[in-house]
Amino acid sequence: MVNIAVLVKQVPDTNSKIQIVGDRVDLSSVKMEISPYDEFAVENALQHKESEGGTVTAITVGNDGADKVLKGVKALGVDNIVRLDYDGYMDSNGLQSVLADEIKSGGYDVVYCGKSAADTGAGSTGPGIAERLGWGSISNATEIKFGEGLMVTSPAEGGDAIASLSLPAVVSCDKGSIKVRKSNVKGIMMAKRAQVDVKSVSPPSPTITIVSEVMPPAKPAGKKYEGAQSAQTVAQLLRDEANVI
Amino acid sequence: MTDTIVIAELSKGKINATTNELVTAAGMLGSNCTLVVPCTESSVANDAGSITGITKVIAAKSSVFETYDAAAWAEALDSASPSGIVITSASAQSKDLAARLAARRSVSVIQDVTGIQNGTLSTPIYSGKAIQNVSLNGDAVVTIRANIFRPAENSGNCDVQVLDTTGNLATALQEMVQRASERLDVSEANIIVSGGRGMGTPANFSHLEEIADKLGAAVGASRAAVDTWEEIPHSMQVGQTGKTVNPNLYIAVGISGAIQHLAGMRSSKYIVAINKDAEAPIFQHADYGIVASWEDALPVLSNSLASLLG
Ligand SMILES: Cc1cc2nc3c(=O)[nH]c(=O)nc-3n(C[C@H](O)[C@H](O)[C@H](O)COP(=O)(O)OP(=O)(O)OC[C@H]3O[C@@H](n4cnc5c(N)ncnc54)[C@H](O)[C@@H]3O)c2cc1C
Ligand SMILES: Nc1ncnc2c1ncn2[C@@H]1O[C@H](COP(=O)(O)O)[C@@H](O)[C@H]1O
Repeated sequence: MVNIAVLVKQVPDTNSKIQIVGDRVDLSSVKMEISPYDEFAVENALQHKESEGGTVTAITVGNDGADKVLKGVKALGVDNIVRLDYDGYMDSNGLQSVLADEIKSGGYDVVYCGKSAADTGAGSTGPGIAERLGWGSISNATEIKFGEGLMVTSPAEGGDAIASLSLPAVVSCDKGSIKVRKSNVKGIMMAKRAQVDVKSVSPPSPTITIVSEVMPPAKPAGKKYEGAQSAQTVAQLLRDEANVI
Repeated sequence: MTDTIVIAELSKGKINATTNELVTAAGMLGSNCTLVVPCTESSVANDAGSITGITKVIAAKSSVFETYDAAAWAEALDSASPSGIVITSASAQSKDLAARLAARRSVSVIQDVTGIQNGTLSTPIYSGKAIQNVSLNGDAVVTIRANIFRPAENSGNCDVQVLDTTGNLATALQEMVQRASERLDVSEANIIVSGGRGMGTPANFSHLEEIADKLGAAVGASRAAVDTWEEIPHSMQVGQTGKTVNPNLYIAVGISGAIQHLAGMRSSKYIVAINKDAEAPIFQHADYGIVASWEDALPVLSNSLASLLG
């Protein structure tokens, strides 16, 4: 029986417009959803359970708005849902500390997470937790075979590396070729009634300060040409003006 | 001023040119820069002492550096690195390593830095829809995007110290599956030619390959192309659920410029768009836009490149 954890995070819908109010991003009118790669992490966690037997626990760190994401994955077949309650800024050190503590006390054998979260784009959480736990890890997995340990495919220089990884371990998940399942009505009804196991945490204070959040500098308007013949002009500009060819 | 440590970026067993960019970034974050070179043979580090701006080279020698293993690399490089701000490239492998190094030292990791000004570091958030500026209160690990900082010159001269290191392997490589084509991967290329659904059929990607061959470029694709055509593998996908790239030149052909595609390529230095729809959103981000069908425009582009590049 494998004790499986999967990390899920709520982030703005990727179609949403990001606004700055004052000197911070304002998410008050943005629709939140599960971070795209976390869907692959959940699918891998469920397939691991189906292959080897065990339980899947989804863990998130956030405020009660994130319960929606937990219920969403509950509807897919996750057994337990846990929220580490925190409504403020944590740096990577703080976030990984509270997650590593929870994973240690939960006695998990394997942790799946997304390759990177759609808000930070960082990709730090999986390997960072593994280091804190003294576990092995593979990042950006595109294919996983389950057994006593794991056989994981991930990109390497010039191709793909297929490596074995013994448990306990952390795997961060890329898209790959697996299809993620959809929830059905029965699952959604069951998830509605499910209880979120809410726990309080006290992370170490951040070792960095957010000075400001701003819009990306506007790009100067480009040059636009009509007609195929302009491709010749553009080629010349790439050489003479942009100096890139 | 804080000391800095740069972890050299290697490709094909040699120190990669982005290492010089990392040294420039180190000069903006602190002083007394030590370059740590992960290697199986210390000769790899022989020439590293010439990078201007470093005060010391440590060739961290270990058999664990034969293939990438996150746990062992972090252990070995942590033991070889003095304290200070650690700087690596923002390649997929180095970001993974950086996260572990930071965790080992219980400090924060700041990934994908695209600018440094007066000690403030800028990183893209929300797939580049906004920029976050942060300052460090002490040591940290920082990864730097390629193609942004001017590379340090090679007119210095400092000693190379060889240090034997070791770490515990957590993975065992079973097999390396080489890419089918000789072509560069989008994440490694300085120039990328990408096609979208507007290419019509996967066979038409051969026209992009022809241009790419002239430019020494990689071929990329939009998600619509990857999802529609089996022949176009996900490894070519650029965008939010594909790869994030920032080449010098990105040529988008038959790609509309959806927000999730932009997320993966908007930081490219120069963007060229070829699209028959003058209203396609990609034109708002293109430095050079060509409103035409690719069937008409690519032959002209190909001929022009042939005469320019000889
Ligand atoms: C969660 C999520 C994640 C996503 N991740 C990604 C991602 O990683 N990468 C990504 O690319 N997309 C991603 N998408 C999909 C994205 O929203 C778009 O659907 C996709 O980028 C569209 O691809 P396209 O531009 O090739 O196709 P289309 O939008 O169909 O555009 C085709 C373009 O080709 C032009 N065209 C047609 N014929 C010709 C011709 N003969 N010559 C010249 N031009 C022509 C048309 O004018 C049109 O602009 C994601 C979506 C979601 C919801
Ligand atoms: N607040 C969070 N709660 C739960 N999981 C998280 C959180 N932040 C990050 N993760 C997990 O770590 C992955 C990588 O996040 P990041 O390191 O921020 O790119 C995400 O895809 C999630 O699986």
